Amino acid sequence: MAQITLIEGVTLALARAMKEDPSVVVLGEDVGVNGGVFRATAGLQQEFGDERVIDTPLAEVMIAGMTVGMATQGMKPVAEAQFCGFTMPMVDHLMCHAGRMRNRTRGRLSCPMVLRFPTGGGIHAPEHHSESPEALFAQMPGLRVVMPSSPSRAYGLMLAAIRDPDPVIFMEPKRIYRWQKEDVIDDGEELPLDVCFTLRDGSDLTLVTWGAMIKETLQAADQLEQQGISVEVIDVATISPLDMDTIIESVSRTGRCVIVQEAPRHCSVASEIAASLADAGIFDLLAPVKRVCGYDTVMPLYRNEMKYMPSVRRIVHAAQQVLEVS
Amino acid sequence: MARTVAAFKVDHFQFLGSDGKLLDGQQVPALARDFERLTELYKLMVLTRTFDKKAVALQRTGKLGTYASCLGHEAAHIAIGASMQEEDCFAPMYREYGAQFCRGVKMSDVLLYWGGDERGNDFSGPKHDFAWCVPIATQCLHAAGAAMAYKLRQEPRVAVSVVGDGGSSKGDFLEAINAASAWKLPLVLVIVNNQWAISVPRSKQNNAATLAQKGIAGGLPSIQVDGNDLIACLWAMDKAVTAARQGKGAFVIEMMTYRLSDHTTADDARRYRPQDEVDDAWDHEPIARLRRYLIDQQVWDDEREQTLLEESAETVQQAADEYLDIVANKPQPVTAMFDYMYAELPHDLAEQRAYAEEFPEDGGHH
Repeated sequence: MAQITLIEGVTLALARAMKEDPSVVVLGEDVGVNGGVFRATAGLQQEFGDERVIDTPLAEVMIAGMTVGMATQGMKPVAEAQFCGFTMPMVDHLMCHAGRMRNRTRGRLSCPMVLRFPTGGGIHAPEHHSESPEALFAQMPGLRVVMPSSPSRAYGLMLAAIRDPDPVIFMEPKRIYRWQKEDVIDDGEELPLDVCFTLRDGSDLTLVTWGAMIKETLQAADQLEQQGISVEVIDVATISPLDMDTIIESVSRTGRCVIVQEAPRHCSVASEIAASLADAGIFDLLAPVKRVCGYDTVMPLYRNEMKYMPSVRRIVHAAQQVLEVS
Repeated sequence: MARTVAAFKVDHFQFLGSDGKLLDGQQVPALARDFERLTELYKLMVLTRTFDKKAVALQRTGKLGTYASCLGHEAAHIAIGASMQEEDCFAPMYREYGAQFCRGVKMSDVLLYWGGDERGNDFSGPKHDFAWCVPIATQCLHAAGAAMAYKLRQEPRVAVSVVGDGGSSKGDFLEAINAASAWKLPLVLVIVNNQWAISVPRSKQNNAATLAQKGIAGGLPSIQVDGNDLIACLWAMDKAVTAARQGKGAFVIEMMTYRLSDHTTADDARRYRPQDEVDDAWDHEPIARLRRYLIDQQVWDDEREQTLLEESAETVQQAADEYLDIVANKPQPVTAMFDYMYAELPHDLAEQRAYAEEFPEDGGHH
């Protein structure tokens, strides 16, 4: 057992998957010799060779399109987009092909691929490196959208994503790539997709979040606990399809819910969760559902990026608002 | 002082003139004397044109949705299909029926797709072939990905994709060339240049002398052929597919042809295209010239032609009947839209599927 970070959990899962299945290949810009700009694929080319850890020409459309093509022909490609902002040229192949391949051919072809990329802000990166586009991908039928928030979930969910017979968008919260270390056993055990993880049990309030916002959300939960409030914390983990059962069950007990996301609020995952609570859990609610989100603005350049993102103070403030309603 | 660090030329190949005579003064490939093969492919060209006419008629009478005609492309398409092996992979755009018929796709499959039924994409051809691809030029990269898979597994298989003159302006096409060059992929990219991208003529795509030279810019051997000359198309395809299979890398072929039809049945080319240009193009179309050649070689005659036309009409009618029977008597239920979304239906979609089952006939029929 080793103490590893979230990004090392990704690397460990990639290596594990490549060892157990020769059809798994890794491709992307700078993933080979350099081991990825964040080091997510460090050491993999040395271990598996340049035909399984493939440095590509600098062409995102090509990476996406060829990944789709390879996936239909018996390979299990894991492609990297270097940053979330660079996934935009790939959308055509994800929306129009990856997510539709099985359906439009009545199962004749399928697309068991993973597109993984660092997402979100908070590391003082240049423009176009810090967005949170999970709602965009969650709108695309046929895809899975997954975001881990701990080293063990990075390992277990990545293994599940690679083994999944359908395309998975695997978004890695880069702000917490090295935030915490955890004991992770490299035993090849995957974690389930399509379900939320309840990180902390509570009875007064449910905080729902995913990705890097887990950090501020857990800190807010700590502060609220010190005030005598019992807080349940749910890590959504798989954003599409959404496990509303876990969230509704929790809110049926607490009666109060605050959803925290880094992404803009408008037409967002937080909005979908809030709408589903209104649809299925309204009679259990003791207070309005609050969403604490990034603003519906362009992600600012880095001097202001932390002001854009939900802070512990904003989360606690929203929690207090819903707790005040009796 | 400048020195030339790269120079290029693009060769144009044509063996059969519009009058059906072999062109003078050049070496003719052996396949020009392979009358058995040429006759078989001629029959497929005629069958494809007969099918195309029927499909347009079905659309005009309200029995088929929007349909993209292949009229005038028969030599190019049949040559592509005829050059490939079963285990090779075809990534078409959306009008290469002739190539697909060579590969075992049924006419009723084509009709089902344009008739608004996904089962057309679960066609009878090779199960690894790609389905029709409407987002322009994206298929080039899927073929490149397939070629990558074959290369990594060291399988002697070739991926072939088709793009139009319009599609050759897209990044996907150029990125496929680039990838095929970087990794020496077993890939053949065919530009079927029919001069029109809906209403935009070839001259407005760019100012390059040929579209083939885009392949050269990316580092691939590239040629242009008369796309109405089956012998030239087939010779080029055989050469490219064989080279790719032998591990010699990718190839770009520009086939010069003409879209004798509207873009699709939803288009009216009279709005933007002079009729005399179309009339002139009919003088160069691929079927008549091959027929003249085969008649001159005394391997074809009017009697055989008459029999072929009758048999083709019968085959096409059977396919149309099969299609009409499926849509009338074996429609997909409402649940069909859910059942192939994922290998296993996620819980949220399972709920929607159950809900949809409560309203199975809502929305009515066409």
